Amino acid sequence: MLKITDLKVSYGMIEAIKGISFEVNDGEIVTLIGANGAGKTTTMHAISGLLKPRAGSIELDGQELTKLAPHKIVSMGLAQVPEGRRVFAQQTVEENLTLGAYTRKDKPGIAADMEEVFALFPRLKERRRQMAGTLSGGEQQMLAMGRALMAKPSILLMDEPSMGLSPLLVSEIFHIIEEINSKGTTILLVEQNAKRALAIADRAYVLETGLITLAGTGEELANDERVKKAYLGG
Amino acid sequence: MGAEKKKIKLPVFLTKPRYRSRVASFSIILAGWLILEIMMHTGNLSSLFTSLLVPVCCYIVAAIGLNLNVGISGELNLGQACFMSVGAFTAVCLSGSMAGSVSSPLLRLILAMVAGAVAAAFFGLIIGIPVLKLEGDYLAIVTLAFGQIIKSLITNMYLGFDAAGFHFSFVDNKVELQPGGKMLLNGPMGATGTERISTFSAGVVLILISLIVVFHLMYSRSGRAIMAARDNRIAAESVGIEIFRTKMLAFIVSSCLAGAAGALYGLNYSTLVPAKFDFNTSILLLVYVVLGGLGNMTGTIIATVVLVLLPELLRSMQDYRMLIYAIVLILIMLLTNNETIRTWTMRITRKLRRQTNG
Repeated sequence: MLKITDLKVSYGMIEAIKGISFEVNDGEIVTLIGANGAGKTTTMHAISGLLKPRAGSIELDGQELTKLAPHKIVSMGLAQVPEGRRVFAQQTVEENLTLGAYTRKDKPGIAADMEEVFALFPRLKERRRQMAGTLSGGEQQMLAMGRALMAKPSILLMDEPSMGLSPLLVSEIFHIIEEINSKGTTILLVEQNAKRALAIADRAYVLETGLITLAGTGEELANDERVKKAYLGG
Repeated sequence: MGAEKKKIKLPVFLTKPRYRSRVASFSIILAGWLILEIMMHTGNLSSLFTSLLVPVCCYIVAAIGLNLNVGISGELNLGQACFMSVGAFTAVCLSGSMAGSVSSPLLRLILAMVAGAVAAAFFGLIIGIPVLKLEGDYLAIVTLAFGQIIKSLITNMYLGFDAAGFHFSFVDNKVELQPGGKMLLNGPMGATGTERISTFSAGVVLILISLIVVFHLMYSRSGRAIMAARDNRIAAESVGIEIFRTKMLAFIVSSCLAGAAGALYGLNYSTLVPAKFDFNTSILLLVYVVLGGLGNMTGTIIATVVLVLLPELLRSMQDYRMLIYAIVLILIMLLTNNETIRTWTMRITRKLRRQTNG
């Protein structure tokens, strides 16, 4: 459903992504692992339209995304959970979720999806009238995920959802990612926590300084000696 | 069953914050209007105060617009006075040229205010299109420069009106008018001989309209989007908000309100010089907004009234009045930022709220 071909992204003179190709099929969890500065977030931003690529193509269900503005891409069914729990701190949990459905017009559908998000994250329901800035780190991550789900995406991009969370919360977040996927949402996951990411991924790619150096199923990569050495600590 | 605690059930417009702030602002304005009207009719208002009524209204409207821009949208604007200037001179010229054809002063005032608002919004549009696409504090720099440009432009403009229509010249006065014609703009002398058609009631109506517009915008879908773009640009883009459009909307509404306020201001004086709307006035408006609280419209109204009246009330102290004005400003800033005082007032308001809400 998502097909990236020979994508190149530059910041001024510096080429951050040097021509990568990969695809995400319907219903999969695909993960992109790599170290800091490998270009993971840059790739995510290019797909969701926040950055304009220098060359290459990004296709969603056969439609080219590289020329489209971010809001058009969201309304085509591609939503993003940005890195670092970017919630709207001065608005309530409920208002944050409502903003997630900004591109949608169907009020009853939005209300139903809000209930679904609350079923997925009961803690958000308890705090629905609280300012998002007063939530804990884990709750903010849940809110960012819930907000992205409110756009009713067919594919969800997640950028480092486990960053800075306690091990217990990381497990919870990864369970929820699997649950979201089992309900039919395709997922592209960018992670530094390679072990966890590979455990739930159908397929995975290794990104190193702007290039894809390895590809395979989650299991294959988890057992690959090079991956073990570089990303799994042994 | 134990004794049930008695609860005073308040109507929804007093309990929900989004309604509470509206009720507060509207009641302040309406109460102020009523009291001042009564005082005027019973002859209890000094001529000094009477002369300040319209300007205070104008500053309130311009400050409310600026608060939408700075507080809600989060873009610093250092040229709000210049949008007032555009509105004022448009209105003065239009009203002067219509004096013969439209006899009703009220109709002329309304038309002039609409024209002033539209002209200011037009300049907001041409400034906003290139600047708001950028990230960062560029709007502050550009509006600062724009204020100087507009001032110099109007200072060098000569515009006359006679039976043949408008006559215009720039830098040197080459306007030659037929008998019965009238100079609308006189270069550095500004607009002279303007018929004073502004009224206090028109000012109050303008404040009410601007409050309705701003509150409606703040609590709408677009308003939430404007605040989301302010709080977190990347997150806002990721949910599909068009940052440029939301910032533009706030900026245009803000300059539009400043234009209407300027129009009312210009038509309140027989003489108006372009230097009236300089950088100092823009900064004063910003002071009203910051002291009243970013995003807080009721606070803006109170701060504007107090800070416009203060130097006039201190007039008897002559040499010291600006000193006292500055000290009061510094004190207000220190007090509103003091942690102890803040928690203290917060505790009191919370207690009051609990008592009334049950």
